[in-house]
Amino acid sequence: MKLGDVAKVVRSKNAGPFILTFDILMPDETSFERLRSKGTLTRESVARAYGVSANEILEFDYYPFAKAIKFSLRRPVPSGAPHDTDVYGAQQHVPLLEMDID
Amino acid sequence: MTSSSPESGFRILSHGMLGYGFPAASLERAIETGIDLIAVDAGSTDAGPYYLGSGDLFGSRAMILRDLQMLVDAQERTGAPIVIGSAGGAGTNIQVDSLLGILDEVLAERGVSKKVAVIRSELDRSVIREALDTGRVRTFETGEALTHGDIDDACHIVAQIGPEPIIAALRENPDIVVAGRAWDVANVAALPVLQGYPKGLAYHLGKILECGGQAALPVEGSDLLMGRLFSDGFIVESPHERKVCTVESVSAHTLYEKTNPVRLPCPGGLVDLTGSQFEQDDAARVRVTGSDFEPAPVYTLKLEGARQVGFRHIAIGGIRDPRMISQIDDIETEVRARLAQNLEGRIDPSGYTLTIRRYGLDGVMGALEPVQTPAHELGLLVDAVGDTPDIAETVCAMARSLLLHWGYPGRIATAGNMAFPFSPADVPAGTVYAFNIYHLMEVADPVSLFPFEILEMPQ
Repeated sequence: MKLGDVAKVVRSKNAGPFILTFDILMPDETSFERLRSKGTLTRESVARAYGVSANEILEFDYYPFAKAIKFSLRRPVPSGAPHDTDVYGAQQHVPLLEMDID
Repeated sequence: MTSSSPESGFRILSHGMLGYGFPAASLERAIETGIDLIAVDAGSTDAGPYYLGSGDLFGSRAMILRDLQMLVDAQERTGAPIVIGSAGGAGTNIQVDSLLGILDEVLAERGVSKKVAVIRSELDRSVIREALDTGRVRTFETGEALTHGDIDDACHIVAQIGPEPIIAALRENPDIVVAGRAWDVANVAALPVLQGYPKGLAYHLGKILECGGQAALPVEGSDLLMGRLFSDGFIVESPHERKVCTVESVSAHTLYEKTNPVRLPCPGGLVDLTGSQFEQDDAARVRVTGSDFEPAPVYTLKLEGARQVGFRHIAIGGIRDPRMISQIDDIETEVRARLAQNLEGRIDPSGYTLTIRRYGLDGVMGALEPVQTPAHELGLLVDAVGDTPDIAETVCAMARSLLLHWGYPGRIATAGNMAFPFSPADVPAGTVYAFNIYHLMEVADPVSLFPFEILEMPQ
């Protein structure tokens, strides 16, 4: 099962010009808790999905109040600077959709 | 004229981005319900460094005019003041003046006079130099310490003000406040905090309202959002008759555009949402309680600055030949080497940067792209940034012609490698800026650097 098949929202966005932040929202508490207990969506696994080391993943955490998982990543290039590809950071979420979580 | 009561709470109507528009019916319903404050966010760093660097207005002037006409009408009918923050996009002085120009036109056309408080948040370089020299500038998300060179290079430097300078202006009972760069929450929270509502609740409500209608379902285009603040909690609701706020939509929005959704650093402290409770009040409204504010020992302001990097010239073309697509990495390396050779003695490599974005391969994600299989066609965006417009044009034209005629191994389509949709293939794309200041400055007083002036408008 891929994360994109079970999550309700998977998105990326700037949190300021230097940080990308990622939100994964699950549809209900059951699926949120099941995902958490599986242990397949972790700081290490998202680091692999983006080809970065685990210590580059910032503030990875599960937030039950929003049935959400959230983490951030320093942008490879600051928003709008030469070589940047995505000023708003809104199209950097796709590797998460493809993650195998079962 | 309406006024808040204990039952209705303090009613805030929020427009998340001036110039993005909203349904007229939403505004009408909000006016019928009653409004005590109209909070308007007019900017952000989201659209990149261009607006801070150039001082150009973000968004369409015609749409900003349209939104202001409707909001001034609402102000007249309800008596609720309008607080606009981050005027013009980045909140530079030029952008504050641009917004005041549009407001002037709206008021003159309507034939009404308004008391307008103006707060500027662009800082003189000397203020920041002194802060740097006295150890009051902290490294923030750039990961690099501020230097005097950064301060000299920045075209404009603004501070993101907290609610305090707006509160000072609101004590004079203006009809409209126009502020330079401001924390988006400050527009919402300043007036209720002045009236004694708890900061934790006012700030959290501001955080939810700042993006306007995004926290209501269904999300369809830009819209307004309403909040009712009480001494022990707040309610979030949509003024749109078909939209609803749910615990899910409101709590999800709490995550948006921030790294830690439960402890949010802010001017002067931290909004602590660890104890926040979200409950469905009725089918369309959400009640929130328990949000707290933790003051910091030292008040810090976020500084934002952008420097001019150069001038851009671009060309767009497509590649359909699979033989070329399969060798695109090698071809790019060789083209870059030949480009440098051709320019030797005429344009120094330090005078330009060349980015070749490959749409259909890694044009969207660049270094973060895990998929390395190209599509059946590639779109190339040749992006040359040079110290002068001439350098950018030369680099772009040369990279484009080298790509067009490059003789890669196995090439049998010898007429040309790329399909260009336009003539000319190369177009100038303006001035390029980069954020070069994104640091925190400690201040003893959050107000004194940002005095307000009162204008009678139209002038």
